Amino acid sequence: MLHIKCPHCGLRSQNEFSYGGDATIKRPELNKEVSDQDWDNFVYLRKSPRGKHLELWQHISGCRQWIKVERDTLTHEIFKTLKANEEL
Amino acid sequence: MSENFRLDKGGLINRDKKLSFKFNGKKYFGYEGDTLASALIANGVHLVGRSFKYHRPRGFFGAGVDEPYAIVQMNRNNEVDPNVRATEQELFEGLEAKSVNCWPNVDFDIGAINNFLGKFFPAGFYYKTFMWPKSFWYKLYEPIIRKAAGFGAASIKHDKEKYEHKYEYCDLLITGSGPSGLASAYAAAQNGAKVILAEDKSRFGGSLLTSEVTIGNQSGKEWAEKIISELKLMPNVVVKNRSQVFGYYDHNMLVMSERVSDHLPKTEKYIPKQRLWYIRAKEVIISSGSIERPIVFGNNDTPGVMLSSAAKEYLKIYGVLVGKKPLIFTNNDSGYETAIEFKKNGIDPIVLDTRRDPNSEIIKEAKDLNISIKSSYVVVAAKGYKKVNSADIAKISDDKKNISNIENIKCDCICVSGFWTPTIHLASQSGNKTKFNEKIDSFIPSQPKQKETTLGSASGIFTLEETLKTSFEKGNELSKQITNKENKVSIPTVVEKKSSNHDKFWCVPLPEGKNYKRFLDFQNDVAVSDIQLALREGYRSIEHVKRYTTLGMATDQGRTSNLNGLQLVSDIENKVVPQVGHTTFRPPYSPVSIGAIVGREIGKHSKPTRKSPMHYWHEKNNAVFVDAGVWLRPRYYKRGNENLFEASKREAKNVRQNVGVCDVTTLGKIDIKGPDSAEFLNRVYTNAWLKLPVGKARYGVMLREDGIVMDDGTTTRISENHYHMTTTTAQAANVLSHLEYYLQLVWPELNVNVVSSTEQWAGAAIAGPKSRYVLQKLFPDLNVSNEGLPFMGYMEGNLFGVNAKIYRISFSGELAYEVNVESDNGNYMWEKIMEIGKEFNIQPYGTEALSTLRIEMGHVAGSELDGRTIPYDNSLDGLVSKKKDFIGKRSLSKAAYIASDRQKVVGVIPLDKKTSIPEGSYIVKDAKAKLPNPKLGHVSASCWSVEYDNPFSLAIIKDGKNMIGQKLFALSPLKNKTIPVEIVSSHYVDPKGERVRS
Repeated sequence: MLHIKCPHCGLRSQNEFSYGGDATIKRPELNKEVSDQDWDNFVYLRKSPRGKHLELWQHISGCRQWIKVERDTLTHEIFKTLKANEEL
Repeated sequence: MSENFRLDKGGLINRDKKLSFKFNGKKYFGYEGDTLASALIANGVHLVGRSFKYHRPRGFFGAGVDEPYAIVQMNRNNEVDPNVRATEQELFEGLEAKSVNCWPNVDFDIGAINNFLGKFFPAGFYYKTFMWPKSFWYKLYEPIIRKAAGFGAASIKHDKEKYEHKYEYCDLLITGSGPSGLASAYAAAQNGAKVILAEDKSRFGGSLLTSEVTIGNQSGKEWAEKIISELKLMPNVVVKNRSQVFGYYDHNMLVMSERVSDHLPKTEKYIPKQRLWYIRAKEVIISSGSIERPIVFGNNDTPGVMLSSAAKEYLKIYGVLVGKKPLIFTNNDSGYETAIEFKKNGIDPIVLDTRRDPNSEIIKEAKDLNISIKSSYVVVAAKGYKKVNSADIAKISDDKKNISNIENIKCDCICVSGFWTPTIHLASQSGNKTKFNEKIDSFIPSQPKQKETTLGSASGIFTLEETLKTSFEKGNELSKQITNKENKVSIPTVVEKKSSNHDKFWCVPLPEGKNYKRFLDFQNDVAVSDIQLALREGYRSIEHVKRYTTLGMATDQGRTSNLNGLQLVSDIENKVVPQVGHTTFRPPYSPVSIGAIVGREIGKHSKPTRKSPMHYWHEKNNAVFVDAGVWLRPRYYKRGNENLFEASKREAKNVRQNVGVCDVTTLGKIDIKGPDSAEFLNRVYTNAWLKLPVGKARYGVMLREDGIVMDDGTTTRISENHYHMTTTTAQAANVLSHLEYYLQLVWPELNVNVVSSTEQWAGAAIAGPKSRYVLQKLFPDLNVSNEGLPFMGYMEGNLFGVNAKIYRISFSGELAYEVNVESDNGNYMWEKIMEIGKEFNIQPYGTEALSTLRIEMGHVAGSELDGRTIPYDNSLDGLVSKKKDFIGKRSLSKAAYIASDRQKVVGVIPLDKKTSIPEGSYIVKDAKAKLPNPKLGHVSASCWSVEYDNPFSLAIIKDGKNMIGQKLFALSPLKNKTIPVEIVSSHYVDPKGERVRS
């Protein structure tokens, strides 16, 4: 079980969190033209890297904040955790 | 078999407390402090089971977790417990156990015929045999194999025992209380570190309990006792026996199984049988010690052949002789320690040493005691079927390839020592890349991946002096880094006998013309010949060899077999062991009961049960409940002998004719506040929200980004910047997370706050043509006329002294109101509604009637919004704004979503107006078409229309709107039904929606 440092609450076990996928995906802006291809990439396409991955988790059984976690998908090492508004 | 093998004195057992127990129905006696194994051996019982494949007689091989054979089925306090090691099960008064893997009994086992058919059971025999004909598998092969295989039978009854989970954090977790565990725990504890010391046996001390050493001015055992008693008194130390750390997971999370009550006749009240500890440790010290390695020879599985360390343990801890004419077969000095113990207790052992001219302090001591020693000698084969009665021994050449001078000597046990294998399972599980140490021909931990350190013999250090020195130092160093405190203890002096080098000999060659089975893996019946065959058949990777032959699998996890197996593979392949490598170690290290894994999360505790504040009223009024997510909701209220169908029909009819009341507390409720709330709702829902006036509710549908409907519900503007959102019961948690996602990550510039208020409000839906009369009497001061409180209107009121919120919204399609009060007042509100509604023939209605009402109205719900449909499929086109953008809008223009024959929700009526259509039925054009019959869609929800008194269903079918009026078929292969149907509009009742506005 992973040990995730919530930037708001501190170190907590994985079972307090829910996974939210790739944190680098940016939603296209509202009311802007988006090509079919770009929209499909946003909705469906995700990389599945072996190694470092910046991903979203929500501390659902804690502060309910969405946070960013930089994790190695191979070793599960967590390098850094960030608040929603912070960048690597 | 009534001979007594118990010594008159000695051992750590309590001779004042005699215990009776039963094994295979026969009564025996032992003492407090015995294991089932030691008590059976004391009674001369060595036949405890049959082997896995060949059903050969099996006895005891080890004295603890190393035991591969002696697995028994326990019957404790009327509960069966399979897969229990007799060497680990402590004796208690009245213990009952029996052998497994034998039929009809262990003495006469029919399966033993496999032993003589051995030729037909080679490696991979499951894969090679039973392949043809295919139909024979289920009827013939599988039942027979199932009967013959396995280590015991699990109970099919509910387990009455209680199991617990515990979460713990510590600075240092130390796995094993031998010399390295004790020393490192002691040093760390002195520095103020929070330490957990886990020992899998009942007694602390590990090898110190059986070895002849002096630490300071005390014996090893006395020193261990002193350290443990000091540690137990320290507030920063938790000391646990009967506790096996079996798994090393990510981020230094380890799991330990504590056998709290297995050693007692029955579990005491409020105490669990077992406890599973989830331990998050800053540092882990693996002090799991080492396990003696067997030497491979002919018939080395015969009862009476066992590890020399086990024989010593039975002697020194239990005062039990494993035999009275022991033969010790060793390639190192450890065998001599066992020989000396026998000799001291008046038994004359014979030592066979594979080495030519061994010499050391301990060998000299053995010689001084006049122990008979034969150098360059080996055991060729054990003789005897159910128990060793003699052994063929022989001289072995210096190159270890040839044997000569074979002779038979009498013996009743053969104690084997092939040197020691460090127990590296936990280190390997943690991700440590192990390395091969030539000097001890074993793998030892190398570079750690997580915060772990292996000490003592688990790390390949076999002298006590070095073990204590390094362990004290490491314990001090690791704890100092965590606590920033140092209170160094001096390392005691050690007196121990020095050992000479072991002989890297592990397998006795077969004599000319003999075909003895020489076992590598005792638990899985894997012999030398099986590995040889696997390699001849082309298996090369050790992982493949393992799976093909079953070497090192199952509960034994290769504890005694691994290295000899690797030696054999590398010998055949002309490689060295490190080139072959070892298979992956995975948790659990030793078996963990399913009960312990599940813990208390069983039955109704497997998930929380949520009840509305009116729950007890429903109970008192004969409600039959149904699970709705984690909620319990009344499904119907039973009157007399009514069944579900009759009751729900009555309830629904009463709503259509008079008035009914339904508990809607379970609906998800989210409180939304902030100046940008309207803008936020406008982006979340598909329809327009900017112009919703204060005091008005609106129905909304929200999508996922892929265009699929996520949820629906009404949201009410309570005040300028305050909204009350409702969600479906099932989606409440997901919708909240969804909103938080967009507010926190996508549009953080919006000034909006959301919070769940589901549990803060109790809700009652009052529905039916007479509902306004009830509402007026509940709130006599309010103007609740159609003008005063129009459809989708909102009001606050005072319900006999409590604050209430009134929403004029309807799911039933009738004139209806939802009244919310604070949860604590829920029951009060409900009773008032029932009291006042009496004169209008009010009846409570459950989820079944609720379903009927919404289905015949054609209101879509969870069965249509099933995670596969878009708004258009549900005829919600009018709710999809063309003007503004919203979550998922871009997806709605995808080609597949705007296809002309896209699926749509329609109504379905059976032509005979009698036959109910099972939910999930397929809609097809031609009932007799060739399979697979092209499917137009499926029936999503069915009810008995109370308005028309005939069955009515909703279905989602291709090109739905153009199918209206067509005669098709509903097929339910599951219920074996073919029903001719007609497709109609989904709005079966009140298609213009006049009633809700009346």
